[in-house]
Amino acid sequence: MSDGLVVENLTVNYGAIRAIRNISFTVSANEMVAVIGANGAGKSTLLKALSGMIAPVSGSATWNGISLQKKRPEELVRLGIVHVSEGKSVIPELTVDENLALGGLWRRDKLDVSAALRDSLNLFPILATRLAQRADSLSGGERQMLAIARALVSRPKLLLMDEPSLGLAPMIIDQIFDALNHLRNQLGLAILLVEQNAVSALKIADRGLVLNLGELVKSGSSIELLGDADLRTAYLGF
Amino acid sequence: MIFIDTLLLGISSGAIYSLMALALVLVWRSTRVVNFAQASQAVLSTYVGYEITMRTHNYWVSLPVAILFGAALGSSIDLLFMFYLAKKVRSGPIAEIAPVIATLGLLGLLQSIIGLIWGNSFLQYSTPLSGKGFTFGNHTVPFSPQNLLIVLATALVLIVFGVVFKFTNLGLALRAASFQPEIAQLAGIRVGRIRNIGWAFAGAAGAVAGAVITPTSVLSPNSLDLLLVSGFIAAVMGGLDSLVGAVIGGLVLGIGFAFILQYVGSSVTFLAGFFILVIVLLIRPRGLFGHQLGRHA
Ligand SMILES: Nc1ncnc2c1ncn2[C@@H]1O[C@H](COP(=O)(O)OP(=O)(O)OP(=O)(O)O)[C@@H](O)[C@H]1O
Ligand SMILES: [Mg+2]
Repeated sequence: MSDGLVVENLTVNYGAIRAIRNISFTVSANEMVAVIGANGAGKSTLLKALSGMIAPVSGSATWNGISLQKKRPEELVRLGIVHVSEGKSVIPELTVDENLALGGLWRRDKLDVSAALRDSLNLFPILATRLAQRADSLSGGERQMLAIARALVSRPKLLLMDEPSLGLAPMIIDQIFDALNHLRNQLGLAILLVEQNAVSALKIADRGLVLNLGELVKSGSSIELLGDADLRTAYLGF
Repeated sequence: MIFIDTLLLGISSGAIYSLMALALVLVWRSTRVVNFAQASQAVLSTYVGYEITMRTHNYWVSLPVAILFGAALGSSIDLLFMFYLAKKVRSGPIAEIAPVIATLGLLGLLQSIIGLIWGNSFLQYSTPLSGKGFTFGNHTVPFSPQNLLIVLATALVLIVFGVVFKFTNLGLALRAASFQPEIAQLAGIRVGRIRNIGWAFAGAAGAVAGAVITPTSVLSPNSLDLLLVSGFIAAVMGGLDSLVGAVIGGLVLGIGFAFILQYVGSSVTFLAGFFILVIVLLIRPRGLFGHQLGRHA
């Protein structure tokens, strides 16, 4: 069977609204693919369909040959598919410590949970100084770091990242993108990175997918897309 | 002497409110649903306890049975109604209130079922403990072994659930699932299952309340309704989310009532509950133990 994530003709509706239409692409281990496009293009919808939060009306998605259809998010997490959703995916009422622990609650291998926890804190050392604080007392950047760190405690193989840079200062964005780089290069994760910030995303991604009004209008290597003048004016406005 | 007696009287009724409030806070914490059926669930569990004492003549056997029944009832309500409802009405303007309305319907349903099985007359569900106050020398205080049982049950529920919520993985999963079900799911928590356990816990806590409070008065299909109001006031005073807050809220209310009854008069006691609530909320809008930073802030 084919390795990595294989998406074929995926279509998702919200009632009568067609949010994404006939989308096909692949992502393999060690690879970061950026999904870019304007507001409402269907980027978040795509991630939600892959993490089991919404059911597609047609098409298919497989991970290392295993179908993702009709599986709830909590089951997909057990397959290694972890979604860090839009808007700092943490539980504000819990402490940093508790948010992190959450990612490993379901795992049997408690030794590796501790190891994963240490790795996450090494990646974002600032969190280690905030363990007892409630997550809603963190800054936006720290919250995003916590969301990623929590995902890592689950030892993901495919990371679905929804706009990690949203509302953050450039310095913090760099730090987060560096971390994603590390996860791909050192740990071999497959990463699907949704971003509105197209240039920064393409700079670290290997390839890019451009969505517009729910359709995949362009795909190619990052270098190719960054140099594509039409693309800039037509869909990305930069 | 009168002061001490009034205080004890306040503590004994306050413990009842506290226990009721604890049960309400537990539902809220583990399900985020304001459950109007809570009182009727507790009463139904108490009737089951009553049936057991009729057969075994042993209150101490009936107590755990009632508690287990309460847990099973809570869990079934979730499986039969809430789970299904949440699935059908996932978003839209009524998604938030649909479960609340459903619990109102359930309240009526359970009360009718109780009426059909046991009738509407008052029954006596009693403990082997005396309802007469402890005597010191020749003075009898308004605090009986029964009251002591209620205080102990309150403390036990507080400690057991406090420890479970704060220090166990199950507790963490329960809090996560109730605060942010979607994010909890994305973290790998089996939210449906966890919420079901939450409903069972809440049902068990309600059953404890019903089974230890009812022997101080009588058992009828709506015998806990008024207590639910006081319990709710106490829970809100405590911040609705805090177990310790619920207990303190209940005690403040009970002691407040007792002193108003003693020094002002009986005509104002019912209003006094709301009066105490308003004063507390004016001073601390999030309740005595509510968090400063909240999701709804
Ligand atoms: N729950 C929903 N119900 C109905 N329509 C929805 C829902 N969620 C999204 N949509 C619609 O689907 C389309 C795609 O939305 P989506 O959130 O996937 O876009 P996006 O690319 O992530 O946008 P953004 O960059 O603003 O996050 C939009 O037209 C949106 O209005
Ligand atoms: Mg989006």
